[in-house]
Amino acid sequence: MQGLVPAATDGNMATEFHNLQELRHSASLANKVFIQRDYSEGTTCRFQTKFPSELESRIERTLFEDTVKTLNNYYAEAEKIGGQSYLEGCLACATAYLIFLCMETRYEKVLKKIAKYIQEQNEKIYAPRGLLITDPIERGMRVIEISIYEDRGSSGSSSGSSSVSGSTAR
Amino acid sequence: MKNCEYQQIDPRALSVLPSSAQNHTEKKAQRPRRKWEVFPGKNRFFCDGRIILARQNGVLPLTLSLIIVTCGLFFAFDCPFLVKHLTVFIPVIGGVLFVFVVLSLLRTSFTDPGILPRATPDEAADVEKQIDTSGSSTYRPPPRTKEILINQQVVKLKYCFTCKTFRPPRTSHCSLCDNCVERFDHHCPWVGNCVGKRNYRFFYSFIISLSFLTSFIFGCVITHITLRTQAGKTIVQAIQESPARYPFLELVVCFFSIWSILGLSGFHTYLVASNLTTNEDIKGSWSSKRGAEDSGNPYTYNSIITNCCATLCGPMPPSLIDRRGFLPHDEAIPAVSASEIELPPFTAKNDAHMVG
Repeated sequence: MQGLVPAATDGNMATEFHNLQELRHSASLANKVFIQRDYSEGTTCRFQTKFPSELESRIERTLFEDTVKTLNNYYAEAEKIGGQSYLEGCLACATAYLIFLCMETRYEKVLKKIAKYIQEQNEKIYAPRGLLITDPIERGMRVIEISIYEDRGSSGSSSGSSSVSGSTAR
Repeated sequence: MKNCEYQQIDPRALSVLPSSAQNHTEKKAQRPRRKWEVFPGKNRFFCDGRIILARQNGVLPLTLSLIIVTCGLFFAFDCPFLVKHLTVFIPVIGGVLFVFVVLSLLRTSFTDPGILPRATPDEAADVEKQIDTSGSSTYRPPPRTKEILINQQVVKLKYCFTCKTFRPPRTSHCSLCDNCVERFDHHCPWVGNCVGKRNYRFFYSFIISLSFLTSFIFGCVITHITLRTQAGKTIVQAIQESPARYPFLELVVCFFSIWSILGLSGFHTYLVASNLTTNEDIKGSWSSKRGAEDSGNPYTYNSIITNCCATLCGPMPPSLIDRRGFLPHDEAIPAVSASEIELPPFTAKNDAHMVG
């Protein structure tokens, strides 16, 4: 983890929302951005690192790319086929798969690490900018959903907040 | 920014909003519902969401009873004779195989095969935005496809109208269960469930162990009848002597099962070794006869051992449908309210509903 974000570079971006409690009182959900899966290397879990245009005014490109790359590394670690996963698989087969009832698989351990990481990122980097990342596991590992919040009081908020969510294609 | 203090935020605090605090206390009186109760697919759930089955599981009781009855007859009538004349290991081996077969079968039937949850309304709207729809809205638009490159090979992804999302590669929508299943192999009526990414290894160990079990029982019954014949009697006399002709029934069941089960095991061994699914093999997706372009299987590791290990001993992915999680209170309201703060539920996840 990089640690605290340096104050000098993001002074202009993080001034609107200082913490999520303020967000709660004054903000409304404006838009949601979905980062899709990247299948160029097969069916393993990877997300695209392309920077979406809706976030250009909200967060620096490098911070966003770091987050997605770290998440991709975590998922690669979970799905890695190597000595430990073979051992787990063979042990499970030998016990007629009853071992899954009492043991936590490596994938689940990594998912817990991912949940913690996302919470940390939300607290340190995304919430001060009025953004919120949803853990991909809650969306079936299909997308990383980033919710964009707008200050109700601000006049320069991006338009089309209700038109996007209420679109006709349901 | 320097003037304000940075307060430690807990995103979990978001789920309790001051405006809805009153609603929250009112709704406490209602029983919190679990997600399996509102699951949109055609599945049935037991044990409060721990066990999942397809809606039509008509043949699973038949499979179980065939196995249990045949093994029961074997233990009751063949084992005493064979233990006396051969070795005591016969019922031991039979017992171990029987336990393995039943456990694999139940595990295949009751495990979530890799069901993909349906897209949320926001996701569906986002996908619709990115598709160019030309033509009037009075007729159903042609199937939407998206082409992507996997390992330098072009693969078409289809749009699923039920789940409102582009299906990941190797995913297929099962019409019997009305779900998209990852790495969809086939829907097996004998097992009463789809066979997909998460339960393929259980299915494979089920058919392999069943092949061993049927061959073993077949061999033992033949040995039993042969040994009786060797005592100077004819086959007909030997069968009449053994308790009420039950070995003959076992012979018939085993004989017919062996052909199909051994054939199926051989076929799935081939699929595992080449990292294919039944669905892909039947459709001929990667057959080299189509066109001049190099259309090999993009998922294969080009080594039989690696393919086998990856399919059978790979990491066990978690269930994506979160059957036992609780529905958050704002999702109980049917219409999506765009003006309200729609926050993702940061409910604490139990380990119980990640397993299986």
